[in-house]
Amino acid sequence: MKVWHFSEMAYHPGWEELGDSLRNVIPSRVYDPRVGADLYHRYLDEWALCDELGLNIMVNEHHTTATCTTAVCTIPMAILARETKQARLLCLGMPIANRQDCVRVAEEYAMLDVISRGRVEMGLVKGSPFELSPANSNPADLTDRFWEAHDLILKALSTRDGPFNWEGRHYHYRQVNVWPRPWQEPHPPVWMTVSSPESARAVGARGYVVASLNTGYARTPLIYGAYREASAEAGRGTPAADRFAYLAMVGVGETAEEGRRRAHQILDYSRTTPRVASQFMFPPGYAPAGPTGQALRGFKRTIPLRDGSTADMRTATVDQFVNAGIAFAGTPDQVFDQIREFHEHVGGFGHLLMMGQGGHLSHEDTVANLTLFSKEVLPRLAEL
Amino acid sequence: METFESGGVAVTYTVHGSGPPLLFLHPEHFFAWNRTFVGQLAAKRQVIVPRHPGFDGKPPPPDFRRVDDLAYLYLDLIERLDLRDVLLVGASLGGWIALEMAVRDRSRLARLALIAPTGVKLGGREERDFADLFALSEAEIRKALFADPDRWAPDYANLDDAEMETIARERQYAAWYGWKPYMHNPVLARWLHRVDLPTLLLWGEADGYVPPAHGERLARLLPGGWLHRLAGAGHYPQIEQSAATADLILNFDAAPRAAAVSQGGVSPSSVPRGAVS
Repeated sequence: MKVWHFSEMAYHPGWEELGDSLRNVIPSRVYDPRVGADLYHRYLDEWALCDELGLNIMVNEHHTTATCTTAVCTIPMAILARETKQARLLCLGMPIANRQDCVRVAEEYAMLDVISRGRVEMGLVKGSPFELSPANSNPADLTDRFWEAHDLILKALSTRDGPFNWEGRHYHYRQVNVWPRPWQEPHPPVWMTVSSPESARAVGARGYVVASLNTGYARTPLIYGAYREASAEAGRGTPAADRFAYLAMVGVGETAEEGRRRAHQILDYSRTTPRVASQFMFPPGYAPAGPTGQALRGFKRTIPLRDGSTADMRTATVDQFVNAGIAFAGTPDQVFDQIREFHEHVGGFGHLLMMGQGGHLSHEDTVANLTLFSKEVLPRLAEL
Repeated sequence: METFESGGVAVTYTVHGSGPPLLFLHPEHFFAWNRTFVGQLAAKRQVIVPRHPGFDGKPPPPDFRRVDDLAYLYLDLIERLDLRDVLLVGASLGGWIALEMAVRDRSRLARLALIAPTGVKLGGREERDFADLFALSEAEIRKALFADPDRWAPDYANLDDAEMETIARERQYAAWYGWKPYMHNPVLARWLHRVDLPTLLLWGEADGYVPPAHGERLARLLPGGWLHRLAGAGHYPQIEQSAATADLILNFDAAPRAAAVSQGGVSPSSVPRGAVS
């Protein structure tokens, strides 16, 4: 199993002042660039450390939010392409349906792939609902635009005798001809995030890596199951474990208490996710009209526990998140056991996307968390 | 329920009452709350009410995206039904569609009655002609759209899941047709001189989505434009003041400008073209 360290580069110093809304409608005067610069450098240091620890690196991007200051995913990727030598570099991902210029996306990925000498893993994602507003991207035709962007980006990366013409519904270019071409042939491996079985089917039919984020015991088997089914239907047979990725918070410590405390701090990533006004959580047409209509009456993000009950995502405890399969926390033995149990429950996965830093977890704690995990847990994951 | 197909797109419509033809193009929100108004129009008119593609739960083709498409579809509908001297009534998004129809072909149109139409941007790049409803909370939306939301805005607590789904779908297709440029066609203002028909503009005094001041500017650009403001109404006077709104439209049809001024009991101000009060 490959393990990837992920952080959202949170600007947690602004959380208290911003209160109930950490996204979209937040004044940037709350952000202090001097504090932000220190944070950027320490988060980058933590990713760079992964190269020595045998961990891989995952970045993402969000917009207009204090929960994540990676506004441009390819910027940390570019820095880390130079600073690291071994780690694979996953961007999960690039919200391509929110990009006005898809050829530019292909150029950025191609350049990163060459600089890193072929270490790029290429996430192409639809993005969270609250990402539509900052990009002024129409939610009602997001899926159609996403797949056209996907088709165009892959063709732009894999064409060796350009230029070619592209006059689609959403994108128009008459001379597509990307330089440099990527290191990996025909292009870096494609990853996609999904949150529903329907989306998983579209990924399974194409054989890409499917990443299920925080979907826990309740929903992950449905997502992986739909992927396997669609893979078989498309004539791809039974997908290997390396087609499946799962993202969870991981807090490991010398003692159970220390590991759980680290997880508790990292889990503020999950707890702050719903701190967004509902009109940005449910943009029109992003989700089907049925659930969107019900959300108009009011909405509370919950996490499903294994006994069928739910917990409020804003206030759930470490135990509840562990119960849900969203966090793995405790001593190395406990964390390994939790991962093994979850791995069995969902039918296996080949990539653990480990949120090893989140919220207020300090640099020292993050380094200790990643180091202990790589020494005491990572080697044992080979058994799975 | 009737069905009409053109350009590979099916549209359903209903017909109410009898008399000279009136085509009513519905707004983006709350279709079901327009029934009373349609009934009032149908007392004197044959009222044809299409449901815009997508709003009916049947997704249109992915390239059927523009309000222009809706305009051509309804021009075709008028021809197919062989309607003549049509009174074209449009509310909000429906008013935008009506304007797009009228700049293209007014050969079968007699008059227009537009209730707070979107579609024409008149302000600068940093001004909002139309409130960004997609960025407002439910409470803010109710306040923007209704003068008296507690009385007239749909009460979500008393609607069933199917009704809530319809409301969400209406928003989805408002976005589908009008997300960007936001609720307008950037070149429509240039061609409004072609709408050389008597055109009644009806505006709720308390419209917080498209403010009445927008109606005043729009009235000046329409050769036959006549603005009438309604007290006790927000963006949907056909819901909050349905009888008064229907009367104004039907009387305007009989005698255009006299009708507007004759409704003094309802109207705080009536503004003819070039004479904004």
